[in-house]
Amino acid sequence: MVSLSEFGAIFAMQGFNGLSVFCVLLLMALGLAIIFGQMGVINMAHGEFLTIGAYITYLLSKLTTLYAPSLQPYYFFAAIALSFVTAYIVGYVTEWLMISRLYKRPLDTLLATWGLSLAMQQTFRSIFGAKEVSATLPDWLMGSFKPTDSIDIPINGVFMMALTAVLTGVIFLLLFRSRWGLQVRATMQNRLMSGAVGINTRKVDRSTFALGCGVAGIAGAAFTTIGSTGPTSGSLYIVDTFLVVVFGGAQSLLGTIASAFSIAQTQSTAEFFLTGSMAKVLTLSAVILILLLRPQGLFAAKIRK
Amino acid sequence: MNAAYEKLLGGRSGLIGLLILCGLLLVVFPLVFDIFRLNLVGKYLAYAFVAVGLVLCWGYGGILSLGQGVFFGVGGYCMAMFLKLEASDPISTKIQSTPGIPDFMDWNQITELPLLWQPFHSFGFTLLAVLLVPTLMALVIGAAMFKRRVGDVYFSIVTQAIAAILAILIIGQQGLTGGVNGITDLKTLMGWDIRTDSAKLVLYFVNAGLLIGCILIGRFILNSKLGRLLVAMRDKEERVRFSGYDVASFKVFVFCVAAMFSAIGGAMFTLQVGFMSPSFVGIVPSIEMVIYAAVGGRMSLLGAVYGTLLVNFGKTYFSESFPELWLFLMGGLFIAVVMYFPNGLAGLYQSHGKLLLSKLSGWKRRRVISLAPPAVAKPQPALADVTIELPHGSLEGSK
Repeated sequence: MVSLSEFGAIFAMQGFNGLSVFCVLLLMALGLAIIFGQMGVINMAHGEFLTIGAYITYLLSKLTTLYAPSLQPYYFFAAIALSFVTAYIVGYVTEWLMISRLYKRPLDTLLATWGLSLAMQQTFRSIFGAKEVSATLPDWLMGSFKPTDSIDIPINGVFMMALTAVLTGVIFLLLFRSRWGLQVRATMQNRLMSGAVGINTRKVDRSTFALGCGVAGIAGAAFTTIGSTGPTSGSLYIVDTFLVVVFGGAQSLLGTIASAFSIAQTQSTAEFFLTGSMAKVLTLSAVILILLLRPQGLFAAKIRK
Repeated sequence: MNAAYEKLLGGRSGLIGLLILCGLLLVVFPLVFDIFRLNLVGKYLAYAFVAVGLVLCWGYGGILSLGQGVFFGVGGYCMAMFLKLEASDPISTKIQSTPGIPDFMDWNQITELPLLWQPFHSFGFTLLAVLLVPTLMALVIGAAMFKRRVGDVYFSIVTQAIAAILAILIIGQQGLTGGVNGITDLKTLMGWDIRTDSAKLVLYFVNAGLLIGCILIGRFILNSKLGRLLVAMRDKEERVRFSGYDVASFKVFVFCVAAMFSAIGGAMFTLQVGFMSPSFVGIVPSIEMVIYAAVGGRMSLLGAVYGTLLVNFGKTYFSESFPELWLFLMGGLFIAVVMYFPNGLAGLYQSHGKLLLSKLSGWKRRRVISLAPPAVAKPQPALADVTIELPHGSLEGSK
C-alpha cells in the first residue's frame, strides 16, 4: 500500500521532471523562435550553435580548474556570457556571408544551413575529438534540495529553470518593449515599408539572426549542467526545436512557451506509462495531428496574406 | 507518334540526353567496372529513384519533402520482410527455440510470426505493398497537409518529424523490425540466390531499367498539362487556385508519384545490398537524398541521376581516402550548390556547357546565346528535359 505522502512525492517529482523538460525545450526553442519565428529563416545549424555554447563552457571550466581554481565557483556566469558572445559572433558572420543572400529562398536556407551544420560538426570533431566531454560544475550547482524525506530536487534543474525564466523575460523585453525590438518586428512584417521609414533593415537582420544564435549559445552553456557534449549533440535537438516553434505558431513568443509546456508535459506523462522512445513517438505524432487541425500552430497571428 | 515523341522523350535534345544516360548505365558501367563496383553503382542508382522523385515534387512542384527516406525505407522494408521470411524457413532456423520465424524475433522472445508479417509470405502481395503502402502514406500525409494549405516550410518540417518518428519507431520495436540492425542476412528471392555475381549483374540491369522507366514517367508527367500546372503552382499558387484548379490534388498527386519512385528505389536497394536498416529512414539520409537532387539540378530528371552518382562516388572516394575531410566537403557542397548553382549540374550545363559544346562543334544554336545571362537565381528549362517556358521563373518558391 502506497502511503499518501509517497504518492505525493512521486507526483511532485514527476511534475518537476515535466518542468525541467519544459525548460530544456524552451531554452532550445527561444533562439529559434527569433530566427525561424520572426525572420522565417530555417536554420538547421541551430543545434550546432547550441553546441558552441556547450564547448565554450567546457573550455572555460578546464581553464579555471587549471589556472585559477579559486574562481571555480563563479566561472559558470562568465561561461554563459562568453557562450553568448561567441555564438553571437559566429551567427553574425554566418548571416553576413550566407543567410543574407538567401532571404528570398527560405527553403534553400534549410539546405545551406544543413551544410553549415555538417561542416561545424566536423570542426568540433577535429578540435575536441569525437568523444563526449563534460564540464566540471561548480560545487554549488551539485547536490539537491530535500524539502521532505522522499522528495529530491536537483539544484542544477532549479538553476536551469531560473535561467530559462530570466532569458525568456529578457527576450520578451528586447522584442516587445525596446526600440530595437520594434524595428525587428517592423522589418519582419514589411521589409520594404520599414526600409522606407528609415530602418536599416540589413543591420536589423544581422543583429536579429546573431541574437538568435547567441541565445542558442546560452542554452548550450545551460545544457552542460545536465549532460555531456559531443560533436553531434546539437543535431539531436533540432527536430524537437522546430516542432516546438511551429506548434506554438511561428510568430508568437507566447505560443512558443505554451507549446514547449504542452509538449514537455505530454512527453513526461507518457514516459510514466511507456518507454522513452515510444513516449517520444506518441508526443511527436500528437503534435503533427494537432498541426493538421491548426496548420498555423496554437497561437497563430491573425494576418492577411 | 509525334506527340508521344515530344511528350515522352522531350524532343530531339531530350532523346539525346536519355540515350547518353542509357548508354552510360547499360553499356559503359557494366564494361568498365568489376561486379563489386557495379553493385555499388546499383546501390547509388537506387538512391537516384528518390532524387528523380524529388525533381518532380521539389523542383517542379515546389514541395520540399524532407521525409523521402520514409518512403525509401518502407519500400525497402516491405521487400526485406519478404526475403527474410524466405530466408527463415524451418530447416535453416532449426536451432532457434521457435523455428520458422526470423532470427531477430527469436532473440526478442517472440514465438509467433506477428500479424503484420503474415501477408509477406506472398510475393505478389509484397510487390503490391512496395508500390502501394508508401503511396498511400504519401496520399494521407499529402491530403492532410495540402488540403489544409500547409505551407512549404511547414510541410518540410512536418515531413522531417515523420522521418524522425518512423526511425524511432523502427528502432524501438525491435521484435517486429529488427531494431537498429534492421533486417539482415537476406539470401534468396523466390529460390534465386541474390548473393551471386550473376544475380547481382541481373539486378543491376533491372534496377537501371526501372530507373529509366521512372524517368520516362516523370517526363511524361512534366511534359503534359499537369507539368505546366505544377510550375505555375510553384511560382504563383494563388493565381492557379483562383483560375479554378484544385491545387491540393495536383500537389498530392505529384507527392505520391515521388513517394512511389522512392519506394521502388528502396526495394531495389534491399535486393542489391541484401539488408535494410533504420539508418536509411531517418532525417540525415532524407536530407542527403535532397542534396543529390540539388547537386544534379532540381529541375532536371537526368541531372538528378548524375548528381546522385557524383555525390556518392565522391562520398565513397573521400570517406575511404580522407575520412576527416568528407564532412567538410559535403557541407561545402551543400552551401556552394545552394548559393551559387541553384540549378546544379544541369543548370551549369545549360548556361555554360551548351555554349561550349556548340563552340567546339562550330554549330551555333540560335537560342542558346540569347538566353539572358546565366543569372544564378533564374532557372532555365533544364538539361533536355523541358520545353516549358517559365513566365518569370523563380526558384525562390512561392513567396
